[in-house]
Amino acid sequence: MSLTAKDKSTVKAFWAKIASKADAVGGDALSRLLVVYPQTKTYFSHWSDITPGSAPVMKHGRTIMGGVATAVGVIDDLIGGLLTLSELHAFKLRIDPANFKLLSHCLLVEFAIMFPAEFTPEVHVSMDKFFAALGLALAEKYR
Amino acid sequence: MVEWTAEERAAIQDIFNSLDYEDVGPKALQRCLIVYPWCQRYFGGFGNLYNAEAILSNPMVAAHGIVVLHGLDRAMKNMDDIKQTYAELSVLHSEKLHVDPDNFKLLADCLSVVIAGKMGTNFTPEIQAAWQKFLSVVVSALGRQYH
Repeated sequence: MSLTAKDKSTVKAFWAKIASKADAVGGDALSRLLVVYPQTKTYFSHWSDITPGSAPVMKHGRTIMGGVATAVGVIDDLIGGLLTLSELHAFKLRIDPANFKLLSHCLLVEFAIMFPAEFTPEVHVSMDKFFAALGLALAEKYR
Repeated sequence: MVEWTAEERAAIQDIFNSLDYEDVGPKALQRCLIVYPWCQRYFGGFGNLYNAEAILSNPMVAAHGIVVLHGLDRAMKNMDDIKQTYAELSVLHSEKLHVDPDNFKLLADCLSVVIAGKMGTNFTPEIQAAWQKFLSVVVSALGRQYH
């Protein structure tokens, strides 16, 4: 299910529309992840505060969206372009890749909430494919 | 048996109270068929599903979306025994419709996205958690009679 030219242009166009709100989207999506899928809290036991909307959560949401922005920029070669991020996730963070799908779902829910008109079914399918490809690229160095 | 807190019951009831079946049902099924096109395999008799425009204007898809959404009503009315409530529908989906139960989760996810779009920020993380817990119980019950 690789990204077609149409997928890539759809992702870039949608990203351009939402880029100014990306930080809020990221923070809210991460807040959502921690509440809807409580098992994900296990990765943040070192944080003082993992309540939705808290400072560490919102800050980390910004970090994650920075990574997504990078991915949009290297959409023609996600695996090559995200090698460093993959090494980080593989050797340091060691997040089970199943969690990438959970965060993707939360991001899609955020898009539906914040951009109901723009997040059409066609945009949804391209973004879902993009996040799946992004997850694969992040897991590239795992084994 | 599934345990529901008072907050979870209230959250789920609230969603159903303001649910516009004629709008959300079609949207959820349309989105499922567009985002996960392999689901179209179960709708061979529905006419033109060739592209997103066709799916979005297909009256059979819209009508069936409403049917499927109303199917959730019985779970909402029998939250303390969803498993038994769906036994017959599970047999139907397995023996007659031959639907791969993995597909139920795909439709459930699309339904959550559509409801999120309608409720906006009222679809809080806590409400989402309760709603998705409800859907996962329904999905599990629908898959239970497969063998």
